[in-house]
Amino acid sequence: MKMSDDPDTTDLAAPPGAEALPSMRSPLVPRNSISGRALVGVVAIMTFLASLTAGAVMLVRASANDWQADVARELTIQVRPVAGHDVESEVRKAADIARGFPGVAGVKAYSKEESGRLLEPWLGTGLSLDDLPIPRLIVVDLASGAAIDIAGLRKALNVVAGANVDDHRGWIEQMRLMSGTVVIGGITILLLVFAATALSVAFATRGAMASNRPTIEVLHFIGATNQFIAGHFQRHFLLLGLKGGTIGGLAAALFFAIAGLISGLAGGAAVGEVSALFGSFAIGLAGYAVLAIQVILIALLTAGTSGYTVHRTLMSID
Amino acid sequence: MVRFENVGLRYGLGPEILRDLSFRIDPHSFQFLTGPSGAGKTSLLRLLFLTLQPTRGLVTLFGHDVATLSKDSLAALRRRIGMVFQDFRLLDHMTTYENVALPLRVAGRDEGSFRGEVVELLRWVGLGDRMWAHPPVLSGGEKQRAAIARAVIAQPQLLLADEPTGNVDPNLAQRLLRLFVELNKLGTSVIIATHDIALMDQYDARRLVLHDGRLHVYE
Repeated sequence: MKMSDDPDTTDLAAPPGAEALPSMRSPLVPRNSISGRALVGVVAIMTFLASLTAGAVMLVRASANDWQADVARELTIQVRPVAGHDVESEVRKAADIARGFPGVAGVKAYSKEESGRLLEPWLGTGLSLDDLPIPRLIVVDLASGAAIDIAGLRKALNVVAGANVDDHRGWIEQMRLMSGTVVIGGITILLLVFAATALSVAFATRGAMASNRPTIEVLHFIGATNQFIAGHFQRHFLLLGLKGGTIGGLAAALFFAIAGLISGLAGGAAVGEVSALFGSFAIGLAGYAVLAIQVILIALLTAGTSGYTVHRTLMSID
Repeated sequence: MVRFENVGLRYGLGPEILRDLSFRIDPHSFQFLTGPSGAGKTSLLRLLFLTLQPTRGLVTLFGHDVATLSKDSLAALRRRIGMVFQDFRLLDHMTTYENVALPLRVAGRDEGSFRGEVVELLRWVGLGDRMWAHPPVLSGGEKQRAAIARAVIAQPQLLLADEPTGNVDPNLAQRLLRLFVELNKLGTSVIIATHDIALMDQYDARRLVLHDGRLHVYE
């Protein structure tokens, strides 16, 4: 715009000697506002909590699958003492039959002493099994991937006096029910945490957006299109969401890595019990991928909420 | 350029605050919009600035019936209008230079093509040494001039100013009025809303007087 040299207007001019020309450095959406920092904090905390929940659910689910697989890979042959039959020879006969049966990977017959040791926690030490009709156990390991003919095995063992096959079906069903309940409970908690995360992030974003209303109004008044304004705010809030989400996601990943390391290095009863529930504490590559997807989803949620709020604000201005 | 025909405006179910407004704003014209406080000057400016739609009547801007335009078309029309707000509405996180250059940035122009223009305008309004300053450290008069510079930088066809001299001393008010007159000479139609009689007496121009929601035009 060229102005005239009217003395009445040129006397408004600045003193000569202005320095280098200025340039546009500030973004349209103010950075580093207090509300923006608070939003990053909220997103980081909620992402951390959601990641912990997701990781825990994945660990429990993997462990439950492992328990089921372990139990399903074994069956037990009980040989009860029967009058007129030598239990030792019946055990050997049953073990031989099982060993030769298709789909069996290994057979371990518990000796009299080993059976005694199994009962020690309940009956105490120094027990003579000769005085009690204790059944003897044969643990049969099944080959992985092989389907064993349980009915055929039962039929083959008919020649062994007092033999009975327990394929752990009852246990497996109970295990399946329990692990299913644990996983459903975990997924329900995960969904609730996701819902809480979504609501917290949405409200925190709207709070942060409230302080930007003057910027939205000015951009609107000087002729910026709704798309232009929403685009800038969405980009800005996507970055804030990614920043907070990455902090929370990395903290959760670090937590799982350290927990996995500790459970791997440390021993002891306490660690053993936790390991029984959560396995090795390693969530694996798939787990870390889920954490990364979560971070992206939360960042998109932040951006989407800001875009929605911009449109609502523009509608209220018009 | 602007045509109002039997325009009425009410907020919600309240009384009509603007009634049967019919007038034209011609290209290259200069007018004051005046009237007592609460007469509806700001509402009329908002109608002209397309942030309000009339309850009845026809508003035509640059040949377009504004009631039929999409939001994007309204934004495009708004880029042809400069607005000086009574409360300046400068963005505190931007420097004076950035605030003034904002309409050009929004219009998608490359900074290299407008930097010199913005600097020249800032110097012309006396803010050459305040280009790097942020609004919170500017005086009322400096903010006023920055707001005016932002309104005119894109060379709008229509300039609307709401009480542009309300925050400055009489001497600066006179100088700002001369600035508007200068812009008008460059081809911009100017509407200044004010209730400062002394200011209007300094320049012989058309007067639009709002009273009891009705407009009286004194050529």
